[in-house]
Amino acid sequence: MANQELLLVGLMVLLILGVSLKFPDFFGLQTLFNVLTASMVGMLFAVGVMLVLVSGGIDVSFLAVGILSAYATVKYGPQDDSAVVVFAISTAIGLGLGLLNAAVVIVARTSVLIATLATSSIYLGAMFAFIGGEVISTLPQPLQTLGTTHLITVKGEVRGTTSLNVLILVVLVVCVLVWAFLHFTIAGRSVFAVGGDAEAASRAAISVPRTRVLVFAIAGAVAGLAGIISVTLSGRADPTTFMGRELDTLAAVVLGGVAIAGGKGTVRGAVLGVLLISLVTASLVPLGIPTIWQRAAVGALLIGGILLQTAISRRQRIRPILDAPAPEVTNA
Amino acid sequence: MSAPIVEAVGVSKRFGGVQALTDVSVAFGPGEVHCIVGENGCGKSTLLKVISGAYRPTSGQVVVDGTAYDHLTPRQALSAGIEVIYQDFSLMPNLTAAENIALPGSVAGGRRLYSRTAARTLAERAVVRLGVEIELDIPVGELTVAERQLTAIARALAHEAKFIAMDEPTTALTWKEVDALFAAVGRLKEAGVALAFISHKMQEIFSIAERVTVLRNGAVVTSGRPDEFTHASLAETMTGRGSQSFDRVAPRNKGRAPALKVTGLGRAPLFADVDLEIGQGEIVGLAGLLGSGRTEIAEAICGVKPAQTGTIEVLGRPTPINALADAVAAGIGYVPEDRLTQGLFLDQPIGDNIVATHLPARRGFLNSRAIERRKARVVSDLRIKLGKLTDPVRSLSGGNAQRVLLGKWLVGEPKVLILNGPTVGVDVGSKFDILGVLNAQSLQGLGVLIISDDVPELISMCHRVLVVRSGRIVRELSGDQLREDTVVAAVTA
Repeated sequence: MANQELLLVGLMVLLILGVSLKFPDFFGLQTLFNVLTASMVGMLFAVGVMLVLVSGGIDVSFLAVGILSAYATVKYGPQDDSAVVVFAISTAIGLGLGLLNAAVVIVARTSVLIATLATSSIYLGAMFAFIGGEVISTLPQPLQTLGTTHLITVKGEVRGTTSLNVLILVVLVVCVLVWAFLHFTIAGRSVFAVGGDAEAASRAAISVPRTRVLVFAIAGAVAGLAGIISVTLSGRADPTTFMGRELDTLAAVVLGGVAIAGGKGTVRGAVLGVLLISLVTASLVPLGIPTIWQRAAVGALLIGGILLQTAISRRQRIRPILDAPAPEVTNA
Repeated sequence: MSAPIVEAVGVSKRFGGVQALTDVSVAFGPGEVHCIVGENGCGKSTLLKVISGAYRPTSGQVVVDGTAYDHLTPRQALSAGIEVIYQDFSLMPNLTAAENIALPGSVAGGRRLYSRTAARTLAERAVVRLGVEIELDIPVGELTVAERQLTAIARALAHEAKFIAMDEPTTALTWKEVDALFAAVGRLKEAGVALAFISHKMQEIFSIAERVTVLRNGAVVTSGRPDEFTHASLAETMTGRGSQSFDRVAPRNKGRAPALKVTGLGRAPLFADVDLEIGQGEIVGLAGLLGSGRTEIAEAICGVKPAQTGTIEVLGRPTPINALADAVAAGIGYVPEDRLTQGLFLDQPIGDNIVATHLPARRGFLNSRAIERRKARVVSDLRIKLGKLTDPVRSLSGGNAQRVLLGKWLVGEPKVLILNGPTVGVDVGSKFDILGVLNAQSLQGLGVLIISDDVPELISMCHRVLVVRSGRIVRELSGDQLREDTVVAAVTA
């Protein structure tokens, strides 16, 4: 595990222990479930963002892709078909929007940031113009059922119950799939190669455009899935849900050690970054700190994370050259 | 000669308004080392990139095993057994050496799954075959230039290639590693592999080539067996002008403070007890194997990685150097080893690069007329071949980029100039120009320290040569001792 990931784990342990010392109740399944539930959607978005970052580019369209896919699916999709079909439709829309992103990046030869900034605005604009902007609070029946299907439910020490939705399994499976893609397929290694040096990658027979298309397709599909999961969990489809939250995900991913410059990143890091931020938020409540401080805390963590990345990249191996005894000096 | 494995037929290549190659036809036969020589910018690297599929020729064809391609893709080329060791290595800095070595073959072979252990095994075999040692499990970006070069070579050897082209593979290597490379080349020859070899080092060309083709301004001038040429005639064919040499004038440094005096310099665990003195107008060589500490000593003197102990004096004044800025302020200039990454802003204009370290200013505002004058003077003094001053440095050939780097330092009128491999990757014509500039500067009182592997160069240029071994200066050679055999013996002992 990379140093940065270890540090994240360490920070999380410290945070949990610290808060638990004051509030012993904090140390329990309830907190675990709360943090996981709060992280589910974020983890998926983060994995998609991480993938694009590794290939060399900052994607800011993922939330627009996610909410457009989910909102269109809920509004126009089947109302009583199985949840699997609904999920598949949203994922497919996300995949299509991802391909559009790829087309813009490749055809316009522009940076991913600029391209997705543009497509993001277009996606949101198109949603409000053609699909609508009202909140849909009655979801299709299968989604309502799924939203209340829990894997585990535990009773709180003091009050109520806390549940972990079964969708956590979907999130886990996606994370594992993306991880396996990145580490065990040639296409996955090509993503790293392109992010490291696109010119060198193309000389090594890697098709750079094809790799980019693949990356955006996967990232789009994952975002579409994240969108519909978010809608399912919250029980309503609100087109403004994610507005302006892009930087939260980017912050989580950078915290997780994914390099902004490309070529470096892990699923584990991205997931840990999201978990840490959710944990920080969850800790603020029992400590009685207003949640408005959450954003400041995330900002502080982010600066810490970047400082750490710089420190790590500055550290160099030094190979000793000097022999122990001084050799005899012969001056001519 | 038996049927060629790879052949370029009537290849021309234009970049915008520049004709890089004109109707070039070259054939590479099995078991033959074919050296392509010529000055920087003559089109050698472009020719290799056409053959490897990295560039699409404007006209002409590449014939591989009897099949003619108008436009070969990198993937087709790799699948057909064409391997190129690019001058810039073309490695992915974020991947490990093992993966860099293994990945292209897997991609070209259309494989879908990747196994780290299989990649590791393949890479290990390639490195053993080459007979060198490389750290395989850390990102290539953390390796030294030499290790990166060796990685690029190992990558070409990892697959069953039929044709291997090497674009200046030895510039970053020490003699020992060059020997290992040449031994590998010998084995490849016996196995019937066709080899293209680009180098600026005459001894290498004559010791390794079965055939030599000279390019000038993008066209083939002549082609023949090496015994049809002499060093001088080959240099003349490449440059189109007669051979040259310069006179070494003894420095007149009696009574003048040394340009640079270093006493007891040390930094554990890299080097210790380094004493050296460079008189005004003196050119001193620092010779040593790669990893001997020669680069570390230079980097300490110029503040890149400051020393922990010892003193440094410039023109007799003690000057503490804790950062590069201290060295620059004291009049110490440093031209680094890896010209492509360390010394220049590759995507910035040539002119801006020249004045980057020394901008003439008045009351905090840039003096643009003085800046333009400086740019023009450096370009004419160093005879830099360029399109416009506003073109990026990336558009220049290797030797001209090196001259820009040199010019950048001379602009500041340093008292001491430290050059790490000043003519690495530079052709005979430019090499002469660069050494000529250094010679002229030293006559004006500049102290020069040259770190180099090129023994003939050190001998022809330097008044004295210091030998570094295991982080210490172990020998000083001057006068009659300055011969190729004595220097090589002292360095490798």
